[in-house]
Amino acid sequence: MTGTTTKDGTEQPLLEAEKLTKVFGTLRACDGIDLKIGRGEIHAILGENGAGKSTLVKMLFGALQPTSGGMVWKGEAVTVASPAMGRSLGIGMVFQHFSLFDALTAAENIALSLDQKTRIDAIATRAREIGQAYGLPVDPDALVGDLSVGERQRIEIIRCLLQNPDLIILDEPTSVLTPQEADLLFVTLERLRSEGKSILYISHRLEEVRRLCDRATVLRHGKVVGHCDPRVQTAASLARMMVGSDIHVIERLPAQEAEQIPLIVVNGLSQRPRGPFSVSLHDIRLSINGGEILGIAGVAGNGQGELFEAISGEVLQERPEIVRIRGTDAGRMGISARRKLGAAFVPEERLGHGAVPDMSLTHNLLLSRHSTDRKVFLKGGALRLVSNASLASASKRIITQMDVRKSSENPDASALSGGNLQKFLIGRELDRNPSVIVVNQPTWGVDAGAAAHIRQALVDLARSGSAVIVISQDLDELFEISDRVAAMVHGRLSESVPIEAMSMERIGLMMGGADATSGAA
Amino acid sequence: MRVEIIKRPQHSALFSALSPFIALLLTLIAGAILFSILGKNPISALYSYFVEPLTEVWSIHELLVKAAPLILIAVGLSVCFLSNNWNIGAEGQFIIGGIFGSILPVVFPEFQGWYVLPIMLLLGMVGGMAYATIPAYLKVRFNTNEILTSLMLVYIAQLFLDWLVRGPWRNPQGYNFPETVQFSNSAILPAIFPDSGRAHWGFILALIAAMVVWFMLSRTLNGFEIKVLGRSSRAGRFAGFSAGRLTFFAFMVSGALAGLAGIAEVSGAVGQLRTSISPGYGFTAIIVAFLGRLNPMGIIAAGLVLALSYLGGEAAQISLGISEKSARIFQGIILFFVLACDSLIYYRIRIVSRLGDAAYRAR
Repeated sequence: MTGTTTKDGTEQPLLEAEKLTKVFGTLRACDGIDLKIGRGEIHAILGENGAGKSTLVKMLFGALQPTSGGMVWKGEAVTVASPAMGRSLGIGMVFQHFSLFDALTAAENIALSLDQKTRIDAIATRAREIGQAYGLPVDPDALVGDLSVGERQRIEIIRCLLQNPDLIILDEPTSVLTPQEADLLFVTLERLRSEGKSILYISHRLEEVRRLCDRATVLRHGKVVGHCDPRVQTAASLARMMVGSDIHVIERLPAQEAEQIPLIVVNGLSQRPRGPFSVSLHDIRLSINGGEILGIAGVAGNGQGELFEAISGEVLQERPEIVRIRGTDAGRMGISARRKLGAAFVPEERLGHGAVPDMSLTHNLLLSRHSTDRKVFLKGGALRLVSNASLASASKRIITQMDVRKSSENPDASALSGGNLQKFLIGRELDRNPSVIVVNQPTWGVDAGAAAHIRQALVDLARSGSAVIVISQDLDELFEISDRVAAMVHGRLSESVPIEAMSMERIGLMMGGADATSGAA
Repeated sequence: MRVEIIKRPQHSALFSALSPFIALLLTLIAGAILFSILGKNPISALYSYFVEPLTEVWSIHELLVKAAPLILIAVGLSVCFLSNNWNIGAEGQFIIGGIFGSILPVVFPEFQGWYVLPIMLLLGMVGGMAYATIPAYLKVRFNTNEILTSLMLVYIAQLFLDWLVRGPWRNPQGYNFPETVQFSNSAILPAIFPDSGRAHWGFILALIAAMVVWFMLSRTLNGFEIKVLGRSSRAGRFAGFSAGRLTFFAFMVSGALAGLAGIAEVSGAVGQLRTSISPGYGFTAIIVAFLGRLNPMGIIAAGLVLALSYLGGEAAQISLGISEKSARIFQGIILFFVLACDSLIYYRIRIVSRLGDAAYRAR
């Protein structure tokens, strides 16, 4: 009964959605979506960021109410008014961003989500049983704050399974996992399928969908653009359905051999955690020559953000020689002084770190450029008057260069889509022709077209002689653009390995903490 | 039927401009209800509260006397509030400014000449600035909550003033009243039009301060820094701005302006230092700052409106027999409605009937 009978429509599907529509203001996030999920199938929802995947599953789960349209669950029309009702019907969900309390144990976290009162030790026992049955080893008495991201996800899945659901919704489950952890997850999911449970699998990773899923529904701009059997498709054909056109392939010339001067050197950077849930850094060393891209892989929360802030100068080092930019000891310099040495930075979080959400693009341009381009953007000497005219022309230049699509002349940063804002923020730095650039998660939440554009721009910058550091969780991206790759684990950075000598398996081991060269820790 | 509050995709420029007026209208309606509960004719009560003070020249002068400190303080507070520094202690900085500025005429009354007044104003600003530096330092150095520290410093300032004018600075010829000596002529901030009323140059200073701060906020990198750090400290750090330095800057600007307001009030409106130099200007100015949308130009208008509420309170006491404390009630109601109406900028209200619901689905 694994999904095959549903295709000819003779058997009743587990869940049927009819013309589900959700309107936010003027945006039709989901527009008349039809969906059938059979019993015992892993059904993928494919789509770029902003295609409406999350909105759709939130409606199925009861976290959002559809503007119009309806659902049929096991043959009966239902209105899922709340997540609690979704759970009682038998719909469970594992969110992309975990909703766990760091200061509580795994079992306590599970207890919080249960609708009826149960003793903690009973929950712990049940959790251990389920964990064993489905290959989800986890210690129910461990504090969540001490667990890895993969373990936290297991808690979420166990929490979901405790409700004994018929349909489990997983939202981008592998985005936070190493390849090896993802493999373990797939084994669990396949076991669930063999027991007749249905799984709705949200992803934009095409390879894993091809490998795991029985059927796929592809969304674009809130509409269903196709149903297919992903096992008979290629990654390229799925991508074409998602994006609606062919995706630009990155052109990458070999790195030039000519000049090998290190433009940025980090020399034994150690740092204590700055807050209760921040990561300490241990003796980080790296050196990048002009013309090179160093990729830093790692599962989220292993100190990438802390490393970024240390190199950018948002956090100062103890001694000047710990960070050296173009031959100058910069460890005690602030971010503006480091920028003046020719460095540029693009942080992971766009709104609230790289840009002020409710400020216009021109003012967000001034945000990172006021010290380096003082002569252009500021007039009136000591008065430091902001020159809106030169900001507007520079912003226009960036928008053309990076193909930023916007709705009005000079919109607020928050009015742009993630991909377009990221193109603007990268363009803001590239416009200066920096000799060093550090980018944290350059294409996080960015649609495929914009991501290709951003990657190409970074490769072009490196080939023109600049040093580029790309911190990313997206391994495909790192393989696509890096010359060397290193991995970050628990605040330590591995030796970097030339991309030619790197494989998915090896990077996975490095992200898991194994040594890059020998395999021994 | 139900009422829904829906987030707007982008903030509404229309309601950004309209919301203070809606708030004032709602305040008048609430006031009318209040008066009718008290058994007064609401129309004539509102008339004597809000219109009568504007019908005579001398009372317009009084309006400017009251508006001057409100605008001066609120302009400084706008710098603080925009940069996310919650200076609630302007009342204390106002008082310390008044005390510092009075050093010359009280302690050195023999000191006379044109230079006395500028020195007094300067000392007033220095006093207010120094006093405001305390909560700024505590915030930057120890991460204390500036709302609490600046507010507590108000009471210290009030008691210090009380002690001064009852003790060391009391006028020996003053029949034991808690007052200092009357300031000499060279220590008095002159009236703008001495023939028609007592509005003094403090109001002109307030207008100048509003224009300077408006220019700084809207045109300079300094103003940009204030707005960036006020909205997102992390983005501010990324821009290379120092939140600590800005905290000092904002508190010092606002303390200096509050101090200037203090000495201008003492020297222009009162003519001597007393225990009661402020009917709560430092607190009312918070309302002025928000009613003026934290924009110095808006603050000029808002200062005049709140000044009117003081005058109206006095007028209501005379003609209606209502306590002048009713002014405080009006001020509170205004702040309440201003803050409530501000949510219309980011949210819209939709009333959904069953019928409307169906129509909406059909779209």
